[in-house]
Amino acid sequence: MKETAQAAPALAGAAAYTRPAARLLPSPTPESRAFWTGGRDGKLLIYRCRGCGHFLHPPGPACWRCRSTDVGPEAVSGRATVAAVTVNRQPWVPGLPPPYAVAMVELADEPDVRLVTNVVGVAPEEVRVGMEVEVFFEPWTPEGGSADDRIWLPLFRPVAAAGGTDGAW
Amino acid sequence: MSAAGGPFGGKAVITGAGKSQVGRRLGRTGLDLTIEAVTRAIADAGLSVDDIDGIASYPGPGVPDKGFSGADTHQVRNALGLRSRWYLSAMETAGQIGPAIEACMAVTLGLANHVVVFRSVWESTAQATAGGRASVLFGGGELPPHLEYVAPFGALSAVNWLAMPAQRYMHDFGLTREQLGAIALNARHNATLNPDAIYRTPLTMQDYLSARMISEPLCLYDCDVPCDGATAVVISRREAAAGLPRHPLTVESVGTGMFERATWDQRADLTTMAAHDAAATLWERTSLSPADVDVAQLYDGFSFLTVMWLEALGFCEHGRVGEFIEGGERIALTGSLPLNTSGGQLSGGRLHGMGFLHEACVQLWGEGGDRQVPGSPEIAVVGVGGGPVGGAMLLSTR
Repeated sequence: MKETAQAAPALAGAAAYTRPAARLLPSPTPESRAFWTGGRDGKLLIYRCRGCGHFLHPPGPACWRCRSTDVGPEAVSGRATVAAVTVNRQPWVPGLPPPYAVAMVELADEPDVRLVTNVVGVAPEEVRVGMEVEVFFEPWTPEGGSADDRIWLPLFRPVAAAGGTDGAW
Repeated sequence: MSAAGGPFGGKAVITGAGKSQVGRRLGRTGLDLTIEAVTRAIADAGLSVDDIDGIASYPGPGVPDKGFSGADTHQVRNALGLRSRWYLSAMETAGQIGPAIEACMAVTLGLANHVVVFRSVWESTAQATAGGRASVLFGGGELPPHLEYVAPFGALSAVNWLAMPAQRYMHDFGLTREQLGAIALNARHNATLNPDAIYRTPLTMQDYLSARMISEPLCLYDCDVPCDGATAVVISRREAAAGLPRHPLTVESVGTGMFERATWDQRADLTTMAAHDAAATLWERTSLSPADVDVAQLYDGFSFLTVMWLEALGFCEHGRVGEFIEGGERIALTGSLPLNTSGGQLSGGRLHGMGFLHEACVQLWGEGGDRQVPGSPEIAVVGVGGGPVGGAMLLSTR
C-alpha cells in the first residue's frame, strides 16, 4: 500500500482512532489466511483469478466469473471507495464500544470487489459514500494464541487523513 | 378456478393454518409451541394427525443460534407419531417459506396428500436467559463462516449488514426516514387491530423519528421484535382436499430465484437483493401480475426489507418506493395495496417468515376480524427473507 507523508494535514472531521480493547477475531482457513495475515508485510491480499485476471472476495477455490481454479492471493493497492456505510450504535461486543462506522468499501483495483470494514480516523458520522479511503492494518493475537496465530485486520481511513505508519494508530 | 395455471397446475392448495401462543418470554419450549401450532393447523384444515403424511420446516437441525429454531421435523414426527411419506427441512432454500414451496412440489407430484409446514422460534426466551441479543447472535468459540468477514469489524447483526444497503438506497434514490417510517407505523396500526400482536399501543411519526438508533439509518422501530411462537400451514393435494371445510387456497406461483452469489455484500447492485430474483421467478411462472394483487405480506425483519420487496415485486419502479409508501395511505388496510395486515414482525412478533404466509391465508379466508381487508381479497402475495435469503408465494381463492 501507499505511504503518505507523516505531516499530512488533518481532514476536517478527522478524529483520532483508538484501538478497541477487544474484537471478535476470525479463525483463518487455508483460503482466508492470506487475507487475514497479509498485513504482516503491509499488504492487502485479495484472491485473483489468473484465468480472467479479476479479483474475487471472499476467497475461494474457484473464480465465480470464469470458473478457473487457478486462483490465489495477490496484493492490491489498498485504495478503495466507500460504497455504503452505517454508524453502529448498538453495543454487540464487550470491549468494542459504539459508535463506530461499518462500511462496504470497493477496491480501486476491482470496484465490484467489496470489503466490509471499519472506516476510522474520521468521525463515524462523517463517513460518506464516495469517500476515498486506504487500508492500514491492526494486529491482534487471539486469546491464548501465540505470535504465529496473529492476524492483521484490514481497516480503512480517509486518504487525506493518513499519517504515520501502518498500525501506528 | 384457475386450477390449470402456475408451476403446480393448480394441484397445490392450502387447507389450514395455525398459530401457537405468541409472546415475549413465554418460558415454554420450542417443541411445545410447535406442537400447538401444528395441531391447530391440522384441526383448522379439518384433518386428523393421522391424515398428515408429510412434514416440512425451516431451518432444520444444526443452527447454533439459541432460540432460532424451536423444533426440527424429526422432533415433531416423534412427538406426534407421524407416519410420513415425505419429509424435509431446509435452510438453503427460497427463504423461510422455502419448505412450503417444496411441500407444494411434493403434493403436486403425489408424494404426499397433506403436508404440515411449520416455523418455530423462541428467541425472546433465549435472549432473556442467555444474556441479551448479542449472546444469541454469537455464543462464543470460533466465528462461524457467515460471520468471518463481518464480526471482526463489529458488524455482528443483520441490522448492520442491512443498514448499509439501506443507507446507499437513501443516498441514491432519496428515500427519507419519514418515508421508511411509514412501514413501521403501518405495521403498528394494523397490530392495534390484531389481538395476537405483541406491540399494540399506537406509534406516531414523532415516536419513530425520536427513537434510538441501532445502526443508522435504522432505528429501534425499524427492527422486528423477537418473540416466542410457532406458525404452521397445511399444504394439500387438491384432489385430497375435496370435502374439507375450508375453501382451498391455490398456490398460483412461487418465487425461488437467486441469480447472484449468496452474500450480503457482493451483489452487483447494492440496492437490490435476492428478493428481486425471487420476485422475477414468481411472475415468470404465472399469468397474474402485480396489478392483480389484493393484499401483500412482505417480510419486515427490518423495515427496509419491505421496501426491497415492494420494488422487487414490481409494485413500483426501482428506487421509487419512497413516494409509494409516503404517508402510508396506499399500504393501509383501505389502500390500494394493504400491507402486513397483522402487524408484521415489527409489531406482531418475529415469527420469521411463516407468519406472513399465515396472515395471507387469514385474509383470503376473510377472517381478519378488525384488521380484515375490505372487499373480499382474492389474490395475496407473500415475500419472505432479506439479503441473500428470499422466497415468494402467490395465493388465490380461485
